[in-house]
Amino acid sequence: MNPTRQRRLTLIIAVLVAVIVASALVVYALQQNMNYLFTPSQVQTGEATRYKSFRLGGMVKAGSIQRSNDSLKVTFTVVDASGAMPVEYIGILPDLFREDQSVIATGHMDGARFVATEVLAKHDETYMPKELKDAMAKAHDGKHIDESATPDKQSL
Amino acid sequence: MAKWIPLWLHKLSSPPVFYGFAGKLRPWAITLAILLGMAALYGGLVLAPPDYQQGDDYRIIFIHVPCAWMSLFIYGVMGIAAFIALVWRIKLAEVVAMASAPIGASFTFVTLVTGSLWGERMWGTWWTWDARLTSELVLLFLYLGVIALYHSFEDRRQGARTAAFLALIGIVNVPIVHFSVNWWNTLHQGSTIRLLGPSSIAPSMIWPLLTMMAATKFYYFASLFGRARTDLLSLESGKDWVRQIAENEVRP
Repeated sequence: MNPTRQRRLTLIIAVLVAVIVASALVVYALQQNMNYLFTPSQVQTGEATRYKSFRLGGMVKAGSIQRSNDSLKVTFTVVDASGAMPVEYIGILPDLFREDQSVIATGHMDGARFVATEVLAKHDETYMPKELKDAMAKAHDGKHIDESATPDKQSL
Repeated sequence: MAKWIPLWLHKLSSPPVFYGFAGKLRPWAITLAILLGMAALYGGLVLAPPDYQQGDDYRIIFIHVPCAWMSLFIYGVMGIAAFIALVWRIKLAEVVAMASAPIGASFTFVTLVTGSLWGERMWGTWWTWDARLTSELVLLFLYLGVIALYHSFEDRRQGARTAAFLALIGIVNVPIVHFSVNWWNTLHQGSTIRLLGPSSIAPSMIWPLLTMMAATKFYYFASLFGRARTDLLSLESGKDWVRQIAENEVRP
């Protein structure tokens, strides 16, 4: 390789390494405080107290959904592995919203309650026909499918 | 000449040889892209069963996911070509890098639009600033930046080398897009198709997805070859081989 190309190669690799190191540091730093959401147990240990408004993520507890008869008000409980948080929301919920579904609610704390201004449904990365899901659910005796299919990923 | 690079690769990097080579392969690539694309659309929209959770709405995956893969794949090709262009100043590498940018930008745009439509139906929002969505948007801006920088120079080779530098630096965003769903809590779900380990998608749904992936690859090569050929002709317009082609066109 001639000296000119050698010099260009060294220079470009040096710039590239600098950029990679810089972005790795940024990514590492952002991992601490660029969390899209807090789980109920994180909120209960006080990690979200410095935010007036934040996102709460978790599963909708089975049997906790209560709809008001005369308005769009809905209350439900969001749970994670070790915490639970009552949520209140007035508005239209996404189609995927139901029991045992991962949801992300944006809002603020009002005492021990979380008052949501927006509720989004999260779906997992598993795709299968309904018949297969029913058959697997039967085989697993009602165990939720994404826990059995993707043990390497937390269910949220 | 470095000894470890085979001679045919050196020959291929010469504009007239690549012009002929790309011209021969292009019709095949177009044909394969159309046939595979139609088979994948039929398989995905008609044959594949509805999803247990998302019903028929999940079918947008057959467009969204192959486009998202292509947005990263093309950036990778562009980055490597940019690197070769910067170090060895090979004209063909500059042409490939600059011809890839508009194709990659289009795939990124389609990814963002289809993702937005899917998000509205499933999540309940068109857009949210989570890590996956934001880094994919940054990818679109990188593509647009490369295109803009390339065209802002009077001398096209100077423009190509400057834009290649941006393309090369922007390549750090590619792993960020890919791993964003693992590194941060995101609304976007994780990867369905895994190279290592089992994929979490039924076989009746995965084959149209993989077929579409092949179709988009062939489309990219067809489009790249067409663009590179016209770029080479205009860059080398004073050369004998181009004059030869022009004369053959005039007097058949």
